[in-house]
Amino acid sequence: MLEIKNLVVQIEDNRILNGLNLTVNDGEVAAIMGPNGSGKSTLSYVIAGKEDYEVLDGEILLDGQNVLEMAADERAAAGVFLAFQYPLEIPGVGTTTFLKACLNAQRKARGEAELSTPDFIRAVNGAADKLEINKEMLKRALNVGFSGGEKKRMEILQMALLQPKFCVLDETDSGLDIDALRIVSEGVNALRGQGRSFLVITHYQRLLNHIVPDVVHVMSKGQIVKTGGKELALELEASGYAEYRTSEAA
Amino acid sequence: MADVTNLRSPAEAGLSKLFETARQSFASETTIAREEAFRFFEATGLPSRRVEAFKYTDLRAAIAEAAPPAEAPSLDAAKAAVAQAKGFSGLEAARLTFVNGHLIRELSDLDKIPAGVTILPLNDALSQGDTALTQLAPVPQARENPVYQLNTAFLADGAVIRVAPGAKPEQPIHLRFVGTGNTPFSTATRVLVQIGEDAAFSLLESHEGPNGLTCQPNDALDVVVGPKAVFRHTRLNIEGDAAIALSTLSLKVEAEGQVETVNLVTGAVLSRHQIYVHVAGEGTNVVVNGAAMLRRGQLADSTLLADHAAVGGVGREQFKWIIDGDATGVFQGKIIVRQAAQQTDGKMKSDCLLLTDEGQMMNKPELEIFADDVACGHGATCGAPDEDLLFYLMARGLPRATAESLLVQAFVGEAVEAVTHEGARAALIGEIEAWLKARG
Repeated sequence: MLEIKNLVVQIEDNRILNGLNLTVNDGEVAAIMGPNGSGKSTLSYVIAGKEDYEVLDGEILLDGQNVLEMAADERAAAGVFLAFQYPLEIPGVGTTTFLKACLNAQRKARGEAELSTPDFIRAVNGAADKLEINKEMLKRALNVGFSGGEKKRMEILQMALLQPKFCVLDETDSGLDIDALRIVSEGVNALRGQGRSFLVITHYQRLLNHIVPDVVHVMSKGQIVKTGGKELALELEASGYAEYRTSEAA
Repeated sequence: MADVTNLRSPAEAGLSKLFETARQSFASETTIAREEAFRFFEATGLPSRRVEAFKYTDLRAAIAEAAPPAEAPSLDAAKAAVAQAKGFSGLEAARLTFVNGHLIRELSDLDKIPAGVTILPLNDALSQGDTALTQLAPVPQARENPVYQLNTAFLADGAVIRVAPGAKPEQPIHLRFVGTGNTPFSTATRVLVQIGEDAAFSLLESHEGPNGLTCQPNDALDVVVGPKAVFRHTRLNIEGDAAIALSTLSLKVEAEGQVETVNLVTGAVLSRHQIYVHVAGEGTNVVVNGAAMLRRGQLADSTLLADHAAVGGVGREQFKWIIDGDATGVFQGKIIVRQAAQQTDGKMKSDCLLLTDEGQMMNKPELEIFADDVACGHGATCGAPDEDLLFYLMARGLPRATAESLLVQAFVGEAVEAVTHEGARAALIGEIEAWLKARG
């Protein structure tokens, strides 16, 4: 599904990813753990196409296609989805308007017909019910005045609606209480399956109790330094990141 | 030291000549203090950047030649021009149609005016010596403004609109101003609106003309909002790209009066909309919003003076600017709170989104407060579209141009949301969308 080869990335002359290699197989849930400053969020932004970063070397192949040559919107249409650590508030843009515009833009880019309004409403309401999202929230401006948990649920709603094939979850557990963590995790788990892979970025093992990964990678100094099964997360929880900690926090 | 006499510009000399000619036709009419107004104007001349109030909108430089007052068009020419008019065209309203600044009775709904409202063409009001004319120029400071005084001096047509006490007509009145022709001309119209106690009245105003038409409209709207009365006003400037459009709104608001006025500008090479608010009675609520979307060398100026002279007035002024190409936006906003106007609550804001490096925004907010128990504030922001927001939208599949349009629409929309009349609000949003679509 996703193959990253020798990825070297810097921002303002500050090298963050140093020849990172990573493979995520079809249908796989891969977790990335690592200390602060190891480059986890940078990796998520570079996969999604944020322009602030300078890619000096390497490739990111999604089903064999190098996404580095594509703009962020083209990557989204190709199936890349980033659930933001801090979803942004957009005053004046209604949530429903936003969802419909995104869905139809992606469909258009893929040469598909736009979804009719009744079909769209049905899809949104179905996804909102599963995530226990109040319909009133859908009428408000996107993320404006939403709590941290509501914003994260809204990210998962977008994921459910857009049906991407490669999802990056950037510290989706941060700012969530126990109930919100359960709801969000159930939302993610419901989307697991063949044809869709996940890269779950987290500091803590607790998220991985809910979204059980197939594989765990440890990241440090802009590289994957260790790979193991789900038990690796438990080991890290017990031993901490001291072994991997970088002095060059980015 | 030798005496220094400012040389008059060709346009100023031209205006003097034109006034000499025009005064012949006004000789018999004495209600309008034209002579006084023109003498005032002559003393100041066309204001240049050396005049503080016109520092960023130099009319002396912009108006190279004085365009002659427009003749009344033929009915056929007026019909052809109105057939092209788009502003608020789909809305149910009683229309007063002005073509080149002349009221065209045949194209107006003078026989379909809603109950509780009476409309008298200005020329009839002048010939009858209508008592309402004593209410002209309801805000003293406007009489010190050369643009407003020029309007008074050359005043050619307009209307007097009276709304009876307690009347709440559902249908708005639409003042439809359309320009047409091949040669340069100027216009000077004045509409006086008197809203009786506890009445509620909605007014739509659109200004438009074809691209390339060099016209200099100077329109004034005088409004007296009676006690507990409500005035809702939605204005649309979609003038052609060669128009120099000057306008003045003077509002006197009596006790517990409510005002909502929203102006959207996308037209004219240069426009200046002057708003004078005189809060004369206690417990008023005044919302003054404006939005301008400008491109290719356009300049739009919104100049506001809110003068609070009575207790407990609430004022909310919000202006939004979208500057594309090498366009310039100018906002000058001043709130005066007189000593008697305790518990005034005023907030004024001007926000600008610069879409290019070449665009300019001039913000000049001022507060002059003489009362000690007030809550007044102002703010001004200016910046490029937020890259993080753009990335968020693009990461969900929206192409950059679509993402930027969505952000621009949301930004401007905040000023337009204040329009209560659903159809008028939709018309402004439609104009915003059309502007964005044309931008591509």
